[in-house]
Amino acid sequence: MKIYADNAATTKMSKQAIDAMIPYMEEIYGNPSSLYEIGQKAKEALEEARERVAKVLNCQPREIIFTSGGSEADNQAINSAAKVGAMKGKKHIISTTFEHHAVLHTLKKLEKEGFEITLLDVHSNGLVDLKELEEAIRPDTALVTIMYANNEIGTVQPIREIGAICRAKGVTFHTDAVQAVAHIPVDVEADNIDMLSLSAHKFHGPKGVGVLYVKKGVPVFNLIEGGAQERGKRAGTENVPGIMGMAKALEDATNSLEKDTAHLLPLRDKLIAGLDAIPYSELNGDREHRLPATVNFCFEGIEGESLLMLLDDKGISASSGSACTSGSLDPSHVLLAIGRPHEVAHGSLRLSFDSNITEEEIDYIIESVNEVVTYLRNMSPFWRDLMTGKRPHVFSE
Amino acid sequence: MALYSDVVMDHFRNPRNVGVIEDANGIGEEGNAVCGDIMKIYLKINDDEIIEDVKFETFGCTSAIASSSMATEMIKGKPVSEALELSNKAVAEALQGLPENKMHCSVLAEEAIKKAIEDYQSRKNK
Repeated sequence: MKIYADNAATTKMSKQAIDAMIPYMEEIYGNPSSLYEIGQKAKEALEEARERVAKVLNCQPREIIFTSGGSEADNQAINSAAKVGAMKGKKHIISTTFEHHAVLHTLKKLEKEGFEITLLDVHSNGLVDLKELEEAIRPDTALVTIMYANNEIGTVQPIREIGAICRAKGVTFHTDAVQAVAHIPVDVEADNIDMLSLSAHKFHGPKGVGVLYVKKGVPVFNLIEGGAQERGKRAGTENVPGIMGMAKALEDATNSLEKDTAHLLPLRDKLIAGLDAIPYSELNGDREHRLPATVNFCFEGIEGESLLMLLDDKGISASSGSACTSGSLDPSHVLLAIGRPHEVAHGSLRLSFDSNITEEEIDYIIESVNEVVTYLRNMSPFWRDLMTGKRPHVFSE
Repeated sequence: MALYSDVVMDHFRNPRNVGVIEDANGIGEEGNAVCGDIMKIYLKINDDEIIEDVKFETFGCTSAIASSSMATEMIKGKPVSEALELSNKAVAEALQGLPENKMHCSVLAEEAIKKAIEDYQSRKNK
């Protein structure tokens, strides 16, 4: 059996999205800035795609800036809001401890440039406390940036309430919605969002293309200088094929969202129950407020990379927050942020599937994880110490 | 998979000498859980100072498990004096190389073996 269970990393492109791109490589390959026919046809397609994307997000087409993906959108949103804030003497930014690195590293850079950064605790359930947010907002707060859904553990924040608080306090609110858009309902108007980042390859669209939504009236600066594309807000010849593929993938995912969610939820919960049954394992992040297809567990006594490699041998592609997979000495900052001790965070596993997943595959995943965890524990001196009482357990049986 | 050599993957998938020696006369442990790898080596050394048997237990990644497996193979049946000279570089070379950031796994193997031999020697001198 071959199961791709790493859809939070990236997804397989849908046939429909690929088909939507091809004409813009083979026939209508003109530069949208060119005045002759294939240029203008590309321009028409681009503007039509903008309308379609805007419709899904419930905003105006002119509020959509096409980017190279989620990281660029995050960088532009945060740097831009920081610059706007600094012009008014506001140099305080609020975020959370478990944001994507596209956000955290941008904030770190701003901190070096003299901004003050407050990172809100996400508690053991992976959720922001609204009261703590309210208390953190100051007169000099330039921006609140909080991710819609976490990429590692899949917890979904109360974005609408967060947006409402920011609006009431007159603070610009950005959300990295890379994991959320097309997976759960996202409505920038109802959710009180000023700026939002999304990325096409997380919902069966192409890589290298994304969106920064900027609400009308919210000033935005360029990240990339050059031509007058994207109403002067993002220079560079537009990635028309990518944008066409993204628009198609976004529409399709949105149209089937209700049906897909109904299919996914019972399977996700079956997977959670199945992995929960493994002794000394624990789900990471809130059980309810989570994406419909992302499950993240910690298993005591084992290391995540070897778990992944043996699952790969069984045909399952997954990911882990262990240090060995991150290329650093520390395990995932997300798992540390929700209070997992290092030794447990090393033994994490993220499974993220899509709507094609079947119950048979979920059963196979549960069985395989069980087998591999047991096998690795049997050769682990750490596990031996836990079982002989030489070291205390972190989780209960 | 290009990340690891075929030898690493073979020793990871089919680790040699996994387990415990109940009557071991030298035991060494290196690494810690916080860093994500622990290696434990059990030695059975005979009166002629030959490593008659060796077993390991490892909590760690692919290269940690493969390094333990390879290192135990390299000292099995060898005199203690030879085992003391086993270097992490030799283990990594026998594995047809390890990624740069995984070299410390081979160091763990070398250190765990040295600790097990030290344990044997201190027991003997008692």
